[in-house]
Amino acid sequence: MNEMTKITTLKDWETDQEVRWCPGCGDYAILKAVQRTMPDLGVRPEDTLFISGIGCSSRFPYYMETYGFHTIHGRAPAVATGAKLANPDLDVWIITGDGDALSIGGNHTMHLLRRNLDCQIMLFNNEIYGLTKGQYSPTSRVGTNTPSTPYGSVDRPASPCAFALGSGARFIARGIDVHKDLTNVLKAAHAHKGAAFIEIFQNCIVYNKDVFEEFAAKKTAASTQLLLADGEPMLFEKGEKGITLDRETLSLKVVDVVDGDWQAANVIVHDVTNRSVAHMLIEMPFGEFPMAIGVLYDDPRPTFEAAVVEQNTQAAEGKKADLQALLNKGQTWTVTEDGPEL
Amino acid sequence: MATALKQDDSDNNQPANAENVVVRFAGDSGDGMQLTGGQFTLSTALAGSDLATFPDFPAEIRAPQGTLFGVSAFQINFGSRAIETAGDQPDVLIAMNPAALKTNVDALREGGLIIADEGEFGKRNLDKAKYENNPLEDGSLAKWQLLKLDISALTLEAVKPFGLGNKEALRCKNMWTLGLALWMFERERQPIIDWLKGKFAKLPDVADANIAALNAGHAYGETAELSGDGLGSGHLTTRKVGAAPSAPGQYRTVTGAEALSLGLVAGAQLADLPMFFGGYPITPASAILHHLSRLKEFGVTTFQAEDEIAAIAAAIGASYAGKLGITSSSGPGIALKGEAMGLAIMTELPLVIVNSQRGGPSTGLPTKTEQSDLYQAIYGRNGDASMPVIAARSPGDAFECAIEAVRIAVQYMTPVMLLTDGYIANAAEPWKIPDVDSLEPFPTSFLDKMPEGGLKPYARDEKLARPWIKPGTPELMHRIGGIEKGIDTGHIDYGAANHQQMTEIRRDKVLGVADSIPDQDVALGKAGGKLAVVGWGSTFGPIHQAVRRAVEAGKDVSHIHIRNVWPMPKNMGNLLKSYDRVIVPEMNTGQLKTVLRDQYLIDAKPVNKVSGQPFTIAEIEAAIEENLS
Repeated sequence: MNEMTKITTLKDWETDQEVRWCPGCGDYAILKAVQRTMPDLGVRPEDTLFISGIGCSSRFPYYMETYGFHTIHGRAPAVATGAKLANPDLDVWIITGDGDALSIGGNHTMHLLRRNLDCQIMLFNNEIYGLTKGQYSPTSRVGTNTPSTPYGSVDRPASPCAFALGSGARFIARGIDVHKDLTNVLKAAHAHKGAAFIEIFQNCIVYNKDVFEEFAAKKTAASTQLLLADGEPMLFEKGEKGITLDRETLSLKVVDVVDGDWQAANVIVHDVTNRSVAHMLIEMPFGEFPMAIGVLYDDPRPTFEAAVVEQNTQAAEGKKADLQALLNKGQTWTVTEDGPEL
Repeated sequence: MATALKQDDSDNNQPANAENVVVRFAGDSGDGMQLTGGQFTLSTALAGSDLATFPDFPAEIRAPQGTLFGVSAFQINFGSRAIETAGDQPDVLIAMNPAALKTNVDALREGGLIIADEGEFGKRNLDKAKYENNPLEDGSLAKWQLLKLDISALTLEAVKPFGLGNKEALRCKNMWTLGLALWMFERERQPIIDWLKGKFAKLPDVADANIAALNAGHAYGETAELSGDGLGSGHLTTRKVGAAPSAPGQYRTVTGAEALSLGLVAGAQLADLPMFFGGYPITPASAILHHLSRLKEFGVTTFQAEDEIAAIAAAIGASYAGKLGITSSSGPGIALKGEAMGLAIMTELPLVIVNSQRGGPSTGLPTKTEQSDLYQAIYGRNGDASMPVIAARSPGDAFECAIEAVRIAVQYMTPVMLLTDGYIANAAEPWKIPDVDSLEPFPTSFLDKMPEGGLKPYARDEKLARPWIKPGTPELMHRIGGIEKGIDTGHIDYGAANHQQMTEIRRDKVLGVADSIPDQDVALGKAGGKLAVVGWGSTFGPIHQAVRRAVEAGKDVSHIHIRNVWPMPKNMGNLLKSYDRVIVPEMNTGQLKTVLRDQYLIDAKPVNKVSGQPFTIAEIEAAIEENLS
């Protein structure tokens, strides 16, 4: 990949369509972040395909000057699988939401991750069904009051990143809609060959306003966000706190870092290929811990479409696509005017 | 009428000449009856007889041994004249255990021959089949000829030298039985021997044991006939069934699932497109996925998806990316695909959806046949979602229908539903292998340059089809989706007038398919008259035979068989109105009947059967009789 060659500018990625999200919606920030990132990736609009399901976020493809397919609820991963298998050269982005990817389309999300189709999956998590006017979603917290749960939701939410990890994802990241680092997460996802899963905390200002504010708010971010970087110690609160492993309970804990000596405090150095630590980072309960943001896990392995192409090529090797011979296969006999003969 | 076996000839050792004979092999689902039937079919085809088969097996893979619901049967009708059905009534029933006898004997023609493995008629098996007394001993089978053989013991004896365990040795029973059947009908053993050697190449002992059993069964026929006694009330004799006159050419046997798969491959080649096939295992459709997954050298990519919806969605994604997307299922799976079909209709992408129909609703009768998904095919989607529907009538016809489905899909940029059924999918028939050079190509063209006046992804050609544009093409980036499209531009458009117009365009495009299909012909009989028997799909065989008999008897009856179920040929209304009466035999409760009434305001009368079994010729004859009187 050639990140340095800018063959496009931000303008090349904008369509002439009027963007129709609610004023103040987090989707605007994500759209801008993507459009800003694309020139840095050195890719061409005609080779880029955005595929979405149904929901507010799924309008996204209409605003990207690329190929785009706004499909049906939950099925974007399946449509993407067919498109990528048909043309592995396409750079495929899936745009989805918490309801689309984890409720109606949970099955497809799981299998796409398991198969490791080379694509980027951007899951806009706003913990609510926005387009259908505010019902609770599979990521809504217990007690969420909505038109369909007037006494509060009672079922426990799914954790998108834990779901992804359990499904076999090899790249898992978290971002925040208005966060300036979102572009770096997108670049890392694009650089990962295979299914790259990104959970983006997205603020639905109409139906679930500021639901992420406790860790997304800029003024408290230093103490509420753990910004991860590969090879760097897991520090927050301006380096005064860090994450370490409690060797007795084999779980993470927050430690104070004195005079910047994080080594003395046994703060963990982030290794994006460490699946066990990734799991612990994903599961860290917010409040007791900061929210882990950035690339949590990145350990590529061969992709689905590459395996399919390779097997197809090998199976076809040395064989001629002779339709007549195919039709004549097996035991045949010839009928002449005088009758049949073997 | 199936010619009766001529028992009188049994004394002079001359083969009886029969025009056609119906044989049913029935046994436990673990007895290998489908295999036996399949191999007997091959030998029969190689002998030049025309034939039709009807495999009938339980949904359970290995139902408990000896039970009534675990019986698996394979019926073959073969003859020296054109055969179009698997036969109304067997002339010969080979019953491998009491349950097989009980569930099949009532179908046997009066005076027909039962060959029963008496070694399996012990108390335990009789109890399982709910026989109080042994039917082989109590005279209850008097209206048939009965031949009791201890096939189990004879098989064990024959395979003794090969040192197999008792269980494995008994597995050769089906080959012993096949050997006997081959002798009875003077069929060659060599193709079966070659096949066994290939199948058990890694287990030569097993191959040899099976061959020995086959030969022993054959030899038993020869010697038993010579000895001429000790055979119970039935006489064992050979019946020669000659070759059927058929058009010169090269032939093979083919099942519907095979022919349909080959047709899809041929269609893709004629369209000059690589194929993407998305499938999810379901009975009886899986065979198509199995066939296609071995044909990579023809540019076929197969994808076993996580579910039915993913299978069609992936096919749509592949079509969008420029391959020929195909998906296949049976009724329940087709129901799941419904929403995605709407997406393909809205985005106007080519797609072939194959429905191998089975008994429904819900899980219904997975291994039995029915034609009850016609409403689903024509009407079964939300919104005004019109889609061309084509129905195959026989295994060989499935090849042509598949090509036709591909042609319509790519020329009209539309999903097409291709209907077959469990009977066609599993049945085998001799097939005159088409000459590939005689198939007319319909190469696909993609829009790959900016057209004059700018890009309009929903511009129309003379067929009302929109351009097919592959992602990856410079300058032609555009967005499509399930939301209503603006005319020409394809941009989101909720406008009232726009939706009215787009709905009409989509409808007219599909109706316009009628411009590219032949006029409806009369399969047998003449245009106009007293009675038309109108059918579609796999009822072709029994309807055709019944009408032939009626015509031969001087009756004013015609057979009309509809391949293009939607839209129908343009002359259909006038043709149907040229008859005094129209009856519509269907394996459902009257679905085509409803469509015909709706489209042409004619008083089409239903003739229905939903037993999971095909129509018999006699049933159609009775319906003809009733409607002529």
